[in-house]
Amino acid sequence: MSAIEVCRWLETTQGSIGLHESIWVYPIVESVHVLTLSLFLGLAVIIDLRLLGACLSATPVSQVIRRLGPWMLAGFAVMVVSGTLLFYAAPVRTFSNIFFRLKMTFLLMAGLNVAVFHFITSRSMPRWDLDVRPPIRARLAGGVSLALWAAIAVCGRMIAYNWFDKAPAALAR
Amino acid sequence: MIPVSVLTLFTWFEKSWIGEGIRESRWLFPAIESVHLLGLAIIGGSVLAVNLSLLGLGLGRRSAAQLWHDTWPWFAGSLAIMLGSGFLLFMSEAVKLYYHHAFWVKMTALLLSLVFTATVQRWTALADPDRVTLLRSRAVALVSLLLWFLVGAAGRWIGFS
Repeated sequence: MSAIEVCRWLETTQGSIGLHESIWVYPIVESVHVLTLSLFLGLAVIIDLRLLGACLSATPVSQVIRRLGPWMLAGFAVMVVSGTLLFYAAPVRTFSNIFFRLKMTFLLMAGLNVAVFHFITSRSMPRWDLDVRPPIRARLAGGVSLALWAAIAVCGRMIAYNWFDKAPAALAR
Repeated sequence: MIPVSVLTLFTWFEKSWIGEGIRESRWLFPAIESVHLLGLAIIGGSVLAVNLSLLGLGLGRRSAAQLWHDTWPWFAGSLAIMLGSGFLLFMSEAVKLYYHHAFWVKMTALLLSLVFTATVQRWTALADPDRVTLLRSRAVALVSLLLWFLVGAAGRWIGFS
């Protein structure tokens, strides 16, 4: 079964139809997804800014990550669950949407960036933990993260517009 | 009596060349919306970081004053972005918004949030942590979170109509 066939099958399931046709559930899930952005991305921005040396420079990098990281991850979990439900409500349309594909690509890149930071860059953190301006490797991780997440958020917003859809989408902006 | 009614003013905004221009363009509204959304992330981060510490979570109660100072430029900058982009969005559909409850709820909540942040929350964050009970700083954080949540939720609700 190809990916689009899976999407076609998903769209025929009760849950997908129910979500798509619901008057309240879909807007609530969408609102949760958008508002949780301020928790997840908001704290990610603070952590990235600390890596760039632009915020909280008197606080050790490790402390910022340790104290704010769990909240950021909790926000990320809500983003993933609500995002999956939004996808499930309109799988075929979403899968064919160029902005959705861009968003997923950027998400993969952001994940890679986190992995590089976590497994390689942060190993030397004890040496620059207290630096007002961390070394270039760490600043790069913060800058790349900011750029990718901004692109992910914008692509996410654009999925709702039906400029490139073959059939006009019924979902409201 | 005010000679000009609010509705007349809103109609004037919508009919202005800026309002017309945004409405007629296919991509301007989504582009401004995206800026508004990115502003939300930054303002959300600074509001949440301060409130988490007032709750005794995140970076902890003792970091509240430092967090306030450090995140203040980001809060102010993103607020300016939010107000600027929000006003442009408003101009493109001012008359519709006039009749939309969510818009008025949002504006009221925004005003309350800003007043609360500039007064009670600022005093609490900058006060000597030993002189403010945890219960009090937690109550302040909860009120702030509730007010800002209302701004965001009502804002999102404007789109569903």
